[in-house]
Amino acid sequence: MVSAVFHSPAGSGSEAPAPVAAKPVPAAPAPVLPKAPRRAFDWNALLLKVLPPVIGIALLVGVWALLTMKGGSFPTPAATFTEAVKVFSDPFYSKGPNDQGIGWNILFSLQRVAVGFGLAALVGIPAGFLIGRFSFLNHMASPLISLLRPVSPLAWLPIGLLVFKAANPAAIWTIFICSIWPMVINTAVGVQRVPADYLNVARVLNLSEWKVITRILFPAVLPYMLTGVRLSVGTAWLVIVAAEMLTGGVGIGFWVWDEWNNLNVTHILIAIFVIGIVGLLLEAALVAVAKRFTYEEV
Amino acid sequence: MSTASFIEVRDAEMVFSTKKGRFHALREINLSVAKGEFVTLIGHSGCGKSTLLNLIAGLTLPTGGSLICDAREIAAPGPERAVVFQNHSLLPWLTCLENVHLAVERVFGARETKAQLKERSLAALALVNMAHAAAKRPHEISGGMKQRVGIARALAMEPKVLLLDEPFGALDALTRAHLQDELLKIVARTHSTVVMVTHDVDEAVLLSDRIVMMTNGPAATIGEVLAIELARPRNRVELAEDAKYVHYRKEVLDFLYTRHGHVEQAA
Repeated sequence: MVSAVFHSPAGSGSEAPAPVAAKPVPAAPAPVLPKAPRRAFDWNALLLKVLPPVIGIALLVGVWALLTMKGGSFPTPAATFTEAVKVFSDPFYSKGPNDQGIGWNILFSLQRVAVGFGLAALVGIPAGFLIGRFSFLNHMASPLISLLRPVSPLAWLPIGLLVFKAANPAAIWTIFICSIWPMVINTAVGVQRVPADYLNVARVLNLSEWKVITRILFPAVLPYMLTGVRLSVGTAWLVIVAAEMLTGGVGIGFWVWDEWNNLNVTHILIAIFVIGIVGLLLEAALVAVAKRFTYEEV
Repeated sequence: MSTASFIEVRDAEMVFSTKKGRFHALREINLSVAKGEFVTLIGHSGCGKSTLLNLIAGLTLPTGGSLICDAREIAAPGPERAVVFQNHSLLPWLTCLENVHLAVERVFGARETKAQLKERSLAALALVNMAHAAAKRPHEISGGMKQRVGIARALAMEPKVLLLDEPFGALDALTRAHLQDELLKIVARTHSTVVMVTHDVDEAVLLSDRIVMMTNGPAATIGEVLAIELARPRNRVELAEDAKYVHYRKEVLDFLYTRHGHVEQAA
């Protein structure tokens, strides 16, 4: 009985973190038949890399399975997995504004995040540059930032609704205002930390302000800026779910709320996994970008 | 021409206002450097020799007195006074060629074609024997090579004055000797006016026409100026037993350690 419960979640577990653990499924049987390591390939290293995450996920699913064994309103991993297969078999159906496939919901949420976050980057990064470069602006902005940054995302939503008189722009506004701070702060810190030597080089070469920005400031600040961008995207994705719950419309946050009203807990669990995976992918993509653009310190 | 002073420092004084209060770094500095002359500033650490170099570079402005280069007051840094920094200060996100090119572009960009500019950058790298590393980034090459690229960047601007701030200080002895020899050859070829900060007595005697010895800070000033009358080209191995060389060396050591020994480490 228990082993049967254990087997099916192993499938759903490896399905969930598809981007990271695409390989573990073939590698998983390896501990059962310990073979002598081959010369050409270091199986042990691969095993050590792959095994811990697999164990972690298996543990989560296992505990979940144990707790839901007796039944009740909380679905089992197996039931959730079967339902997830069903949900994802037709992700792009559309039966009116309140009943659309999960694919549409994700895409709509991502679109809101992209717009809100894009606007925040457009405003926040130049603002960060100015704040970092001119100490007058820094002193002017720092009390405002300290005051506004800790405000909960949802506190901004009524302001958005009041100003824009529509749900969608209000959600985007909430994303904007919540994801702008990490970019402003990190960019400003990056500008302040540009080594004085590099600026002296610029002064001796008598570079134009444009060259100073493109050749010295921008590359020196880029790693800091990308850290800000990464934090911002994380925040934006956190906020969108909450904002959509309140504003409604099509989106993963609204989907969660809608399924709560339908008392469809299985779908809520699926949504939680989906939100986690999309957040993970966003993060991974930005880490890859950041790696590409960070330079080796001399 | 050689007698007319090219760089003229008159009564320069430098007082830094720090959080702990005012720090009097330099006082009554009077110095003139002729065109094509190689002058080194030597002194114990903290004596303000780098501060004086920064004043000539225009990176800091004096609190008193005046500095003149080529009959114009030094009010800001400029490409006619190229600086080679102690820590090379190459931009890590640019290749060696791009680092040099940044300087070339600024100085000659308005007058020359792109091909000519690139040729200049490559020629500057070739001058310091670094043409092979043109496409490499600074973290891929050794400390000595970085310093050479730093020198190439300075030379590529065809500056009126080359300012070197302990350029070989961070290098091992063999690399340092090698680069000193190369610097001698380059200066002989380009007839550059050079002001160099160092704390290495041998380096000062080997390279200089005159050695400017500075007293200890605070409120340091020029203690003595020693003219080095050794024929060029100079060869370090032959000079090692040369009576005049040994004498000059002794003079500098005498000034630094007998008359102006480092009193305390503080400051």
